[in-house]
Amino acid sequence: MSTAVTTVTPVMPAKHYLNDNYGIRSWLLTKDHKRIAILYLVSITFFFFIGGLFAALIRMELLTPQGDLFQSDTYNKLFSMHGINMVFFFLVPSIPATLGNFVLPIMLGARDLAFPKINLLSWYIYIAGALFSLATMVSGGVDTGWTFYTPLSSGFLRTHVVLIAVGVIMAGFSSIFTGLNFIVTVHRMRAPGLTWGRLPLFVWSNYATSLIMVLATPVLAITLTLLALERGFHIGIFDPKLGGDPVLFQHMFWFYSHPAVYIMILPGMGVISELVTCFSRKRVFGYAFVAFSSIAIAVFGFLVWAHHMFVAGVSQYSAMVFSLLSFAVAIPSAVKVFNWTATMYKGSISLETPMLYALGFIGLFTVGGLTGIMLAALGLDVQVHDTYFVIAHFHYVMVGGMVTAYLGGLHFWWPKITGRMYPEAPAKLAALITFIGFNLTFFPQFILGYLGMPRRYHAYPPEFQVLNVLSSAGASVLAVGFLLPAIYFMWSLKYGAIAGDNPWRATGLEWQTTSPPPTHNFHEVPVVTTEPYAYGDEPEVTIVH
Amino acid sequence: MSTSQTTTTEHHPALAHQFDSMAQQQEASTFGMWVFLLTEIMMFGGLFTAYLIYRIKYYDGFVAGSTSISVSWGFANTLVLIASSFTMAMAVWAGEKGIRKAQMGFLIGTMILGAAFLCIKGEEYYTKYDECHIPGRVIGKGFDATGGCSAQDPKLGNIAEEVQQHAKELGKTVPEASALQTARQSEIFFSFYFLMTGLHAFHMLVGMGLLSWLFLRSKRGEFGPAYHTPLELGGLYWHFVDIVWIFLFPLLYLISRHAHAV
Amino acid sequence: MAEQSHPTPKLYAIIFITLSILTCATWAIAFADLGIFNPIVAVTIAVIKAVLVILFFMHVRYSSRLTKITVSAGFFWLMILITLSLSDYLSRTLRVVP
Repeated sequence: MSTAVTTVTPVMPAKHYLNDNYGIRSWLLTKDHKRIAILYLVSITFFFFIGGLFAALIRMELLTPQGDLFQSDTYNKLFSMHGINMVFFFLVPSIPATLGNFVLPIMLGARDLAFPKINLLSWYIYIAGALFSLATMVSGGVDTGWTFYTPLSSGFLRTHVVLIAVGVIMAGFSSIFTGLNFIVTVHRMRAPGLTWGRLPLFVWSNYATSLIMVLATPVLAITLTLLALERGFHIGIFDPKLGGDPVLFQHMFWFYSHPAVYIMILPGMGVISELVTCFSRKRVFGYAFVAFSSIAIAVFGFLVWAHHMFVAGVSQYSAMVFSLLSFAVAIPSAVKVFNWTATMYKGSISLETPMLYALGFIGLFTVGGLTGIMLAALGLDVQVHDTYFVIAHFHYVMVGGMVTAYLGGLHFWWPKITGRMYPEAPAKLAALITFIGFNLTFFPQFILGYLGMPRRYHAYPPEFQVLNVLSSAGASVLAVGFLLPAIYFMWSLKYGAIAGDNPWRATGLEWQTTSPPPTHNFHEVPVVTTEPYAYGDEPEVTIVH
Repeated sequence: MSTSQTTTTEHHPALAHQFDSMAQQQEASTFGMWVFLLTEIMMFGGLFTAYLIYRIKYYDGFVAGSTSISVSWGFANTLVLIASSFTMAMAVWAGEKGIRKAQMGFLIGTMILGAAFLCIKGEEYYTKYDECHIPGRVIGKGFDATGGCSAQDPKLGNIAEEVQQHAKELGKTVPEASALQTARQSEIFFSFYFLMTGLHAFHMLVGMGLLSWLFLRSKRGEFGPAYHTPLELGGLYWHFVDIVWIFLFPLLYLISRHAHAV
Repeated sequence: MAEQSHPTPKLYAIIFITLSILTCATWAIAFADLGIFNPIVAVTIAVIKAVLVILFFMHVRYSSRLTKITVSAGFFWLMILITLSLSDYLSRTLRVVP
C-alpha cells in the first residue's frame, strides 16, 4: 500500500491568522473565529484556575476532621464559588467555545462561522457575565451552592445571589449564541461534497451539544430570572412562605442542568473520537453509531432530569419513570466506549500525549458512567444522595472525562492553533501526573460517600480522615498536572518545534490547511470526496523537526 | 477566492465574506432566526409550565385574579396585535416586491399598532396598580394609611370582597378565611400575569426598536427582490411575539369567565 | 431562493380576517358555560390561530423541510418540559401499593 517514503521539513507559513494584523484592537474587534477561540481560551483558563483555587482551599479545610481553617459560612461560599465558576464559566464553554470555535468551521471547509459578529458578541457577553462573577467574589461571595436551591437562595441568604444569577444568565446567553452559530454553520456552510455521513465526529458531537445549548439554556435563564425577581419583589414563585413551590425550582433548574451535564461531556466525546482514530491509524469502528449516539445522548438527556430530585418529594410514579429513562442514557454512552475500544483493536497505536489523555478518558469516563447508573437506581440513590459518592461520580465525568478530553484536544490541535509543537516529554509526564493525581483525589471519595460522608460540610467524623488526607494529597498532585501544561504551552509559543501542516498525519480538513491557518482558513475552497477517517490509505510521510 | 460552484450571483454589497452566495446567506440567516425563536419558545415555555402548575394548584385564586382584569382590553389588544401581524406580513411582501413606499407605509402601520398595544397594556397595568393588585407588596399606590395600598393588606385590594360578593350572587357563602386564602392565591396569578405580559411587552419594545431600524433601511431603499432578509427576519420575530400573545390572551384573561358574566 | 411564491396580499387578508373571527369566537365562547371544555376550546382556538400565523405569515408552509423540523422541534421540546413536569405534580397524590 505504502508509496515511496518522502521526507519533509516543516516551515511556518508566511501569512496566517496570527500575523495578519497586530494590536489590541485587532483582537478585541476581531470577527475571526480562530481569534475568538483564543480569546475564549485565555478567559476560561483564567476561570479554571480561579475555580481550582477554591478547590484547593476546600481540600485544605478537609485535611482535618475539625472545621478549623474556615468557618462554615466561609466554607459554604468556597464550594459554591468553586461549583459556579467551574460549571458555568469553565466547563460549559470549555471545548465548544475554544476547540470547537477554532476547528469546527475549518473541519467544515468554511471560511468562518455563519454569524461572526454574534460569535464575538457571545465572547463579550461571557466576559460581562464573568465580571459579575468576579464582582460577586470580591464583594463576599455567595453561599447557595451552584444549584441555587430555593427557598434558601430566594428567601434566606443575605449574600449576592442576584449578582451571580445575572452573571450565570449572561454566561448562558453566550453559550446559546455559540450553539446557534454552530447549528446554522453545520447545516448551511459545509464544503462541497461534505455530506452528513462524511462529517467528522467532533462536528457531530458539537452539533448535539449545540442542540442542548439552544433548547435547555433559555429555561435556566427564565428560572434564574424568576429567582431574582422573587428575591427582589417578594412574589411567590418558589418560596413556600409566599405560596410558591420549591420543587418547581428544582424541576426547572434541572431541566437545564441535567442536559447541561451533556453539554459538558459530549464535546469531550467528540475529541476522543478524533484522537482514538488518529493514533490508532484506523477508521472509526461503527461511524454511524458513534455519530447518532451523540444525538441520542442529547435527546435522552432531556428526559431524565428528575433523577436529581428523588429525595425532594417528587411522586413515586414519576420517580420510577425518570429512573428508568436515566438507565436509557447509558446505552448511547456505552456505544461510544465500545466503539472506541473496537477502533483501537488491531490498530497501530502510538502513545503520543493526546492518545494518553484519550486512554485516560476512556477509563475514567467508564467509571464515572457506571457509577452514574448506580445513582440512577432509585433505591441506591436515596442512600447515597448528597454524599461524596455523588461528588466522586460527577468529578469522574466532568474532570476525568471533560477536562481530560479538553487537555487531550488542546495538545492535539495545539500545533494547528499555534504552528508549533509542545514538548513531548514533559507533556507525557503531565498526562501521567494528571491521571494519578485525579484518581488519588476522587477514588477515595467514592468510598467516603459510600460510608456516608455528606457533601458540603467542613467538618466530619475522625474515622474519615485517612481517606480525606489521601484525597487532599491527590488534589495537590492534580494541581501539578494542570500547571505543567500551562507552563510548557507558553514555552512552546516561542521555542516549540515548527509543526508543519499535519504533524499527526491525520485526516480531516483542518489538517489540509497550513498551521496556523490563514485568516480565511483555506487558500481555495476544499472539495471533499472521501469518508472522514480514511486512515491507512494516505502516503507515508516522515516529518523531521 | 471561491471556486467553481458559485457562479450564481454577482457580488452584492450586502454579501458577507463567509458566504458564497446571497441565497446561502439568506437561508443561513433565516434558519438562524428560527433557531433563535426556538430559544424563545423554551424561555416562554418555562413560564408557561410554571403557570400551568400553579393554575392547577390554585385554581380559585386564578379565577379571582383572571376575572379582575379587563377582558375587553385584552380582546381589543389581541385584535390590535393580529392586525399588526398582518401589516408586518404586508411589509415583508412589499420588501420582496421592492415597493419602497409600501414597505415604509406598512412598517409605520405596524409600529402604530404596536404602540397602541403597549398603551393599552400600560392602561391595564395602571389599573392594577390603582387597585393594589401588584404582587409582592413592594410596588403599589402609596403604602400609607389613607386610601393607598397597605403592605400588610391580606385582602389584596378588593379581591377577597369580590370573591365573597360573587359567591353571594350565586347563592353561596364563602367564609372570610377562605376568601382571604383565595386572595393570597390570586397574588400568584398576578405574579404570572405581570411576568408573562411583562416579558411579552419587553419583546414588543425590542420589536419596536427593530422596526424603526428596518424603517430607516427601507427608507434608504436597501430592500428589493435581491435582498430583503432583515425585513423577513424582523417579520419572523414580530409574528412570534404575536403568537405568544395569542396564547396569553385565553390563558390569562379567560379563566372561568362564564361564571362571572360582565 | 428569492421567489418561493410566497402568499399574495389577498391570502394575507384572508388569514387576517380568519384570525379576527377566531379571536371573536374565543372571546364569545368564554362567556358560555361549557364546563371542562371551556379551557380546551380556548386553547384549541389559540393553537389554530398560532398554526395559521406560523404557516402563512411566517411562510413555514413555503419553507424548507429544515425549517419545518425546527419549528416542530420547538414545540416538541416544550411538550417534554410541560408533560414530564406535570407527570410529577399530577401523580403525587397517587399511592404505589406495596
